[in-house]
Amino acid sequence: MSGGAVVRPSVAVPEEQVIRYTFPERVGHWINGIAYTYLLATGLALFTPHMYWLAAVLGGGPTIRFWHPWMGVLYMITIFWMHSTWKKDMVTTAEDREWQKHMKDYVENRDDKMPPQHRFNAGQKQFWWVMFYASLILLLTGIVMWFPEEVPPGVHWVLPIVVFIHSATALITIAGFLIHVYMSVFVTPGSMKGMLDGQVSADWARTHHRLWYEKITGRRK
Amino acid sequence: MSNGPLEIKAISGHSGPVPGQGVSRDYDVCKLVDTTTCIGCKACEVACLEWNGYEFRETTFDNTYQTMPDTAWNFWNLIRFNEHENSDGTISWLMRKDQCMHCEDPGCLAACPAEGAIVQYQNGIVDFNQANCIGCQYCVTGCPFDIPKFNSVTKKVYKCTLCSDRVGAGLEPACIKACPTGCLHFGSKDDMKALANKRVDQLKANTSYKDAGVYDPDGVGGTHVIYVLHDAKNPEKYGGLPADPRVPLMVRLWKGPLKWLGGMGMIFGVLGVFMHRVKYGPKHVDRVEEKRP
Repeated sequence: MSGGAVVRPSVAVPEEQVIRYTFPERVGHWINGIAYTYLLATGLALFTPHMYWLAAVLGGGPTIRFWHPWMGVLYMITIFWMHSTWKKDMVTTAEDREWQKHMKDYVENRDDKMPPQHRFNAGQKQFWWVMFYASLILLLTGIVMWFPEEVPPGVHWVLPIVVFIHSATALITIAGFLIHVYMSVFVTPGSMKGMLDGQVSADWARTHHRLWYEKITGRRK
Repeated sequence: MSNGPLEIKAISGHSGPVPGQGVSRDYDVCKLVDTTTCIGCKACEVACLEWNGYEFRETTFDNTYQTMPDTAWNFWNLIRFNEHENSDGTISWLMRKDQCMHCEDPGCLAACPAEGAIVQYQNGIVDFNQANCIGCQYCVTGCPFDIPKFNSVTKKVYKCTLCSDRVGAGLEPACIKACPTGCLHFGSKDDMKALANKRVDQLKANTSYKDAGVYDPDGVGGTHVIYVLHDAKNPEKYGGLPADPRVPLMVRLWKGPLKWLGGMGMIFGVLGVFMHRVKYGPKHVDRVEEKRP
């Protein structure tokens, strides 16, 4: 905060905006998000009897058993789409290692102690790579679970292992998903606007992603 | 558990004590398959198809007397023929009637996610209710005997019902009724166990089958289909009957600790992020617009 004596009617001046996500990035992200949400709901229905009521809500057991794998295909397409778009931005840098040392400060909102970050901060990168590799595991195990009738009887012993890995991996992604949604909706105001409209305020960009802000605007604060 | 209605109280025109009076027996049912008296006639296969209303399906000839390589969604009862070479060079021609074992601790039921798709009755029968089946085949994952079979047209899984419809009406299963040698028996588990043990004693005393025994595996809590085998030490040679069948460990972990941990994790995760919001609130954006021209 400036602490200056001058009171500025900031509402009168439109905030300067910068492009955060392109249209293809946003489309890919939201198709992925919708697919994940469906996979989450139907997956939980198949995971525990306490959540089987979700099957009824979503059209019945046979319906979700049919659509869950197909939605998984859509989910994987958008995962690979995002990967091709973002993989360069997701490489771990020296700043990330510094950020990780200050993880506790970030969680407890002592943001003045956080080192400046590139387009994605270290936490976002960790979330991305967890989701990316978990999705690969879910894809490989999911294909087997899609067509168990094609697994020869002699190797049926792999089925319980495959199902267990699929469930455990899905639970890991749920942890990531929960934090991801919570952060975007409740912790960093403006980030949801970035993913919906594609724009964030310059102040937002400078606050949360200083190095990226300087790179795209050419400004040095 | 006393089965009141079937106890004999009195018999007409009978002198002396009433036989069977006061006898109480368990209500559970059991099929006994005596592989030592099976002649491989396949009458049980035919009876099973007839009673359950299935057509004969195409078969694959694989140089044995076996009707087809494996059971199928519409072929629940298969005599497995095995020519086993013994250590002394002789051949044993082994025939085993393969079908659902109706485990006391059914892995299919443990693994099934669909409410009411698999039902275990008090009498021990484990039955599939196709109306509730969703076709995920988790039951195949849980079964140590590879019994449930998927129909790719109806997207449902099928298997032997132990003729629950017949048993419910006081009849024995169709296969039992068709058996001409008396190698198939049906009754309470206790009676069948007693009969099986008696046959084993007979085999040990009067034949060279010194390793004869009863197959009623403990790993799945015992089964409601039991075998008398000439060689109970090597059940695998009877067409892959597992020596120690168990519900797979991964199914137990999946349906036990993982389900519990996952549920707790999700509940406390949501609670946790909510409390984080309450304690720390949102992050603030530094507004430094006054520094720009």
